[in-house]
Amino acid sequence: MRDAIIIGAGPAGLSAARILAGAGRDVLVLERNPEPGGLPRFCGHLGWGMLDFHRLWTGPAYARALVQAAGRAEIRTGASVTALLPGGGVEVSLPEGIQRLQARAVLLAAGIREMPRGARLLSGTRPWGVVSTGAFQEMVYAGGVVPFRHPVVVGTELVSFSALLTARHAGIRPLVMIEENDRITARRPGDWVARHLLGVPVRLGTKLLAIEGQGRVEAVRLAHAGGEERLACDGVILSGRFVPEATLARAGHLTVDPATGGPLVDSAWRCSDPAFFAAGNVLRSVEHSGAAALEGRAAAHAMLRALAGELPSPDAAVPVTPGGALRYVYPQRLLPGAAPLRLYARAAAEHRGRLRVLADGRLVHERRLHALPERRLTLTLPAGALQGVAALSVDLA
Amino acid sequence: MTVPPFPGAPPFDLAIIGAGVVGCAIFREFTLAGLSTVLIERGADILSGASKANSALLHTGFDAIPGSLEAALVREGHARYLALHRPLGLPLIESGAIVVAWNEADRAALPGILARAHENGVPDARMLSPEEVRAREPHLAADQQGGVWVPGEAIIDPWSAPLAYVHQALAHGGTLLRQAAVTGGEAGPEGWRLATSQGPVQARVVVNCAGLQGDLVEAIARPSPFAIRPRKGQFVVLDKTASRLASAIILPVPNERTKGVVIARTAFGNLLVGPTAEEQEEREAATVELAALEALLAQGRRMIPALADEPVTTTYAGLRPATQFKDYQIEALPERRWITVGGIRSTGLTGSLGIAAHLARLYVRHFGPLTPLPEPRWTPVPNLAESAPRPWQQPGRDEVVCHCEMVTRAEILAALEGSLPAGDLGGLKRRTRCMMGRCQGFYCTRRLMALAAGRLPGLVQPAPVQEAG
Repeated sequence: MRDAIIIGAGPAGLSAARILAGAGRDVLVLERNPEPGGLPRFCGHLGWGMLDFHRLWTGPAYARALVQAAGRAEIRTGASVTALLPGGGVEVSLPEGIQRLQARAVLLAAGIREMPRGARLLSGTRPWGVVSTGAFQEMVYAGGVVPFRHPVVVGTELVSFSALLTARHAGIRPLVMIEENDRITARRPGDWVARHLLGVPVRLGTKLLAIEGQGRVEAVRLAHAGGEERLACDGVILSGRFVPEATLARAGHLTVDPATGGPLVDSAWRCSDPAFFAAGNVLRSVEHSGAAALEGRAAAHAMLRALAGELPSPDAAVPVTPGGALRYVYPQRLLPGAAPLRLYARAAAEHRGRLRVLADGRLVHERRLHALPERRLTLTLPAGALQGVAALSVDLA
Repeated sequence: MTVPPFPGAPPFDLAIIGAGVVGCAIFREFTLAGLSTVLIERGADILSGASKANSALLHTGFDAIPGSLEAALVREGHARYLALHRPLGLPLIESGAIVVAWNEADRAALPGILARAHENGVPDARMLSPEEVRAREPHLAADQQGGVWVPGEAIIDPWSAPLAYVHQALAHGGTLLRQAAVTGGEAGPEGWRLATSQGPVQARVVVNCAGLQGDLVEAIARPSPFAIRPRKGQFVVLDKTASRLASAIILPVPNERTKGVVIARTAFGNLLVGPTAEEQEEREAATVELAALEALLAQGRRMIPALADEPVTTTYAGLRPATQFKDYQIEALPERRWITVGGIRSTGLTGSLGIAAHLARLYVRHFGPLTPLPEPRWTPVPNLAESAPRPWQQPGRDEVVCHCEMVTRAEILAALEGSLPAGDLGGLKRRTRCMMGRCQGFYCTRRLMALAAGRLPGLVQPAPVQEAG
């Protein structure tokens, strides 16, 4: 039996592998793609490595650094995990056949993907030329493929601006970038960058109503305060609206938090089956790769403690629930201990109000804030805050 | 053979217009009956029209109009599928179906539904009490009021079946012409000279099973006795994790116009909710619409509340070639050397093998004898269903390209080669399941494009630049 199996060789998984292998543990990383590195492999522009390597790299350079840093960990590519089994079992499809592997600790770090058109319930025909940013980046950077010339970019998350940079790299001129809300989702000055550096107008308060075209995309229909409009284009980039790639948890025995869409974890990144841990973007809506990497490291440190028998029993954990205008909060269970605890949350929509922490219904912390869509809210609880507490709730009033 | 016949080639015994599921079954039937047969399809691939989008069910015909042609041919088609599916490598998920009552009026209709099932030759249909329904389907909403159990209703793969029929026909000398739109025809003493976009095709007898274009093609032979009134059905496909929520096919009590919204597993392991039934003029395009999709989901959750937590994998819409008549419109015109097969609505997938047998009987009666090939070879198609082993599960498997549906590189390459290669991206997806899973191509589009480069026209490079203003 191995000490640890890590599912997914992206930023979270490889960062965890680095810590576990560095501590002399026997680690196997399972990656279904032909090469390790995760989604940054296909982001050819700058913007990676700052949080964890304190460097500014392109995605592929960052992916190479992650692989190199994983050092002695064994990375097995072309390995598709098909099921998680209670107690640390992993069923994996390898070229030589299906195998059942076992480890004392398993980390789920399967990452994330963007929501496709079907799941968005988008209206219209279903022509070729409607792609996610992820697929688009891979086409451009790995395949040298130009799938369209004048697409419409839907969404204004950080990844949407990455789509614009990718388009520029390929000589593609997006006609417009549209956003349903009245402000862009990414941090400013994204709209200024889009308009002035990339020459793409950003239209706020604009919704994609329908896609038109038979073989290929021919137009989109848009709705805004002024009414409806048909805009001729030859492609649509559906960017953002990330969903965790948590199927292994959903289809298996691990408890999934319907609010995050990812596996439920305690503050030691431990799932409902204590042999399993989870970290990175499989946990919830997307965070920058650096944040996912740091979570991978933190989970690996918790796994080392678990392997040494030093992790507190999961039974000691206090449940946390979100309320009010909060969409989710995680970790969903907190282990009392000597160190301060960090909680992460997101609001369902833009909201000005008070973020409150209630311990068994009693207000223990409050602060004013202006929450924005798809922005992480961080909350630190002092050590001892859970003393004698049965349940915690966090709400945005 | 999949190239146009050379000029001056001897006429075919039979030309079939339209490679939907009905045309594919007829193609197989007559090729194996010893005729030289050509199947003419205007699309880039078979199943480009109504047959590409349906509810993928094998019906018993329990709810058909007793005594109708449809009732008889659905029953015959069902029986023939049971006999053919194994040698052709086709799945059969014997789920059964329950017609569930949700209110007093529904419950009052159940005895009539049961009586009709028995009249239609489905003797094993029987009533289920609410408790029996709950025992079979524990995820159904608690206010169900019992139902009718139809054990013979089943789930099949709607794309592999017609593909298998065509493969077997091609293996026995049949000819398939794709991207060949029939634009007209002249009848002579020897038969027909059809004008197609790929050149003339001569045949002694013509079968019109052009589906959504059926009345337009019929006009080549005579003023069409029926008018196609396309009826759109929208569907929502839920994640594979939802398939545990329904064992049987969950049918509503039907009304005058439609069988209503069905919940059914698919052969590929998903859960389907649909269809809508919307009349429209447009014959070519079937759009999905947010409001209709949300209404379908709401109806699905009304029947199975736990669907609320299940993600949507994709949505689609199909058109059914309905006419002003309820029954199939099948007729042989011996003096015109023409056979009409029109108005095959939602039961075509099941009915196709029955229709093919019926046409063989009509042919013998009106046009001449058939001499079936003594020992036809079976040409099984690759399995795509979860009920049987798939290539990714085999030792020595090739690289997995589509991770959601676990499609290997070898399967994709095979679908791009052989006697009936995929003609477009839709055809490749229907043959392999690639891009049909949860991520809908987020992870595999580029790899797929690399494999298909140069073989699927229009997939990669954009159309000529048109400056939009």
